[in-house]
Amino acid sequence: MAVLVIADHDNATLKDNTHKVVTAAQAIGGDVDILVAGTNTAAIAAEAAKIGGVRKVLTAESAELGQGLAEAFQDLVVGLAGGYDAILTPATTQGKNFSPRVAAKLDVAQISDVIEVVSPDTFVRPIYAGNALETVQSSDAKKVLTVRPTAFKAAAEGGSAKVESVSAPAAPAKTHFVDQKIVKSARPDLGAAKIVVSGGRAMGSAEEFQKVIEPLADKLGAAVGASRAAVDAGYAPNDYQVGQTGKVVAPELYIAIGISGAIQHLAGMKDSKVIVAINKDPDAPIFQVADFGLVADYKTAVPELMGALG
Amino acid sequence: MKVLVPVKRVIDYNVKARVKADQTGVDLANVKMSMNPFCEIAVEEAVRLKEKGVASEIVAVSVGPTQAQETLRTALAMGADRAILVQTDQDLEPLAVAKVLKAIVGEENPELVLMGKQAIDGDNNATGQMLAALLDWPQAAFASEVVVEGGKAKVTREVDGGLQTIDVNLPAVVTADLRLNEPRYASLPNIMKAKKKPLDVKELGSLGVDTAAKLKVVKVTEPPKRSAGIKVETAADLVSNLKTAGVL
Ligand SMILES: Cc1cc2nc3c(=O)[nH]c(=O)nc-3n(C[C@H](O)[C@H](O)[C@H](O)COP(=O)(O)OP(=O)(O)OC[C@H]3O[C@@H](n4cnc5c(N)ncnc54)[C@H](O)[C@@H]3O)c2cc1C
Ligand SMILES: Cc1cc2nc3c(=O)[nH]c(=O)nc-3n(C[C@H](O)[C@H](O)[C@H](O)COP(=O)(O)OP(=O)(O)OC[C@H]3O[C@@H](n4cnc5c(N)ncnc54)[C@H](O)[C@@H]3O)c2cc1C
Repeated sequence: MAVLVIADHDNATLKDNTHKVVTAAQAIGGDVDILVAGTNTAAIAAEAAKIGGVRKVLTAESAELGQGLAEAFQDLVVGLAGGYDAILTPATTQGKNFSPRVAAKLDVAQISDVIEVVSPDTFVRPIYAGNALETVQSSDAKKVLTVRPTAFKAAAEGGSAKVESVSAPAAPAKTHFVDQKIVKSARPDLGAAKIVVSGGRAMGSAEEFQKVIEPLADKLGAAVGASRAAVDAGYAPNDYQVGQTGKVVAPELYIAIGISGAIQHLAGMKDSKVIVAINKDPDAPIFQVADFGLVADYKTAVPELMGALG
Repeated sequence: MKVLVPVKRVIDYNVKARVKADQTGVDLANVKMSMNPFCEIAVEEAVRLKEKGVASEIVAVSVGPTQAQETLRTALAMGADRAILVQTDQDLEPLAVAKVLKAIVGEENPELVLMGKQAIDGDNNATGQMLAALLDWPQAAFASEVVVEGGKAKVTREVDGGLQTIDVNLPAVVTADLRLNEPRYASLPNIMKAKKKPLDVKELGSLGVDTAAKLKVVKVTEPPKRSAGIKVETAADLVSNLKTAGVL
């Protein structure tokens, strides 16, 4: 039995999501290999090789892999699939982009967003915005899974796996990269942060969002999140969206400010350890999941909170 | 250019899904059903392409029960020209839906398939990518802007960390993200007109596609419930509670 984990990285550093998916792979059992595909793979593979219990780290280097083109990832992973019984990808936007293509090419189901490995062929996944959990048993010989990283603990370091390079696939003929705008931030990653401060529609403008949410986040060393309403209105960039159709987070502390708590938002944050809600409406649904609720206007509550934090 | 838009009938996004007591699934009896919100966005985008003179015909297709005709009528009322229902009472997995859609693509030869990135019931976020792989077509998933020009689609996509723009040669599959557009409400005259637009019904069996399930649903359960905590009076109270809880 052998399991392939596709590493999460940004062509510069390895992301912790990789460690978490390795834990899911170890729950399936057998040898665990990691694939680092992209650019700058040698440095990233060196980090991946330190994860405990990993047999080997494979690297594949090309511009198109670095650009995350789904067709390139499909060809690479399908080419390697023969040696594996299961292929696990973090359920990031990029994982969701190419993993279904791999499953389709292998003529197997994709089991999406796995939150628990019950046995090597049985998995739990959320459906209906997390309002139901489905346990599915796969009859496919090869399993293709995307794994929700927040549901697994990071595998410990302490390994020294060997690194091998494999050849990159040909550049996709019908898809071409044009450009990208990646938001650079000194703050921690939304998916991996211990504390997340999120703002909602109540902010009313991008300026207000920056004036209220960001300083509080910086004071707490937190990542910044947002509701869909705040993102749609342009108060915050798209990749700040927390929820069913945005990012799923499970920090130690989640602070929701001026967010009502729609089911789609709750789907992305209700597994946080401690939830704080600041909302002027005492009946806002967010209070039904909040450990600590402060019924107040954020305009006074946030400055007071900044003060109380010292 | 012909555009094919797959649309799915799902639980309305305002309704909270409830798990059946016997753990076999989610209770959909007497629950309001609507078009999947991401499919609405896909239909809207197709209609805008037609209004710009880029698309010449929009064909909506759904794979599902008889009642999915209502969903198709909604697509027709928004501006689709005709509709196809592939009728089945089976719950198909994304790969099976993708195989059915591939068969429809074979009959219709569209240059663009525009669909939702995710259905809000299964939450798989997989069908479009699978269809693209089965067809060996390029894909642009999670689109927030689509420009069709000179046999290509230039698509801006929501990716981890920001936005990416790629060019895909047509034919291609594009899946819609939330910020692609805001779907229109169908006007009453358009709802009336939609009743007369052609809607073809095909039996799933007539397509000769293997739609056997690969997954067995062992059970469907409720997630652990989170109970409401306490209300604090002041920001200072909040900070001291958070310190006690060990998160500050
Ligand atoms: C297909 C689909 C997918 C979706 N996916 C997501 C998703 O992934 N993530 C997501 O977040 N949403 C998602 N949504 C949207 C979701 O349904 C809600 O519309 C959205 O979460 C609302 O955002 P909000 O809480 O910021 O705004 P609102 O619901 O408008 O809430 C604003 C809150 O601010 C409070 N408030 C106002 N002024 C103040 C003040 N001065 N001080 C304190 N409080 C104040 C109000 O009492 C209110 O509770 C999705 C919807 C659909 C249809
Ligand atoms: C009552 C009920 C219970 C179910 N139970 C299960 C279950 O237990 N296990 C299980 O695996 N599946 C089950 N299904 C099926 C499942 O919900 C999905 O239909 C299927 O897995 C497709 O996944 P998705 O909708 O999450 O696809 P996604 O990949 O999230 O859908 C993306 C896009 O694909 C297109 N699309 C998807 N389905 C269709 C369709 N039928 N017709 C046209 N376009 C479509 C749409 O454009 C959609 O926006 C059930 C369905 C119902 C109605």
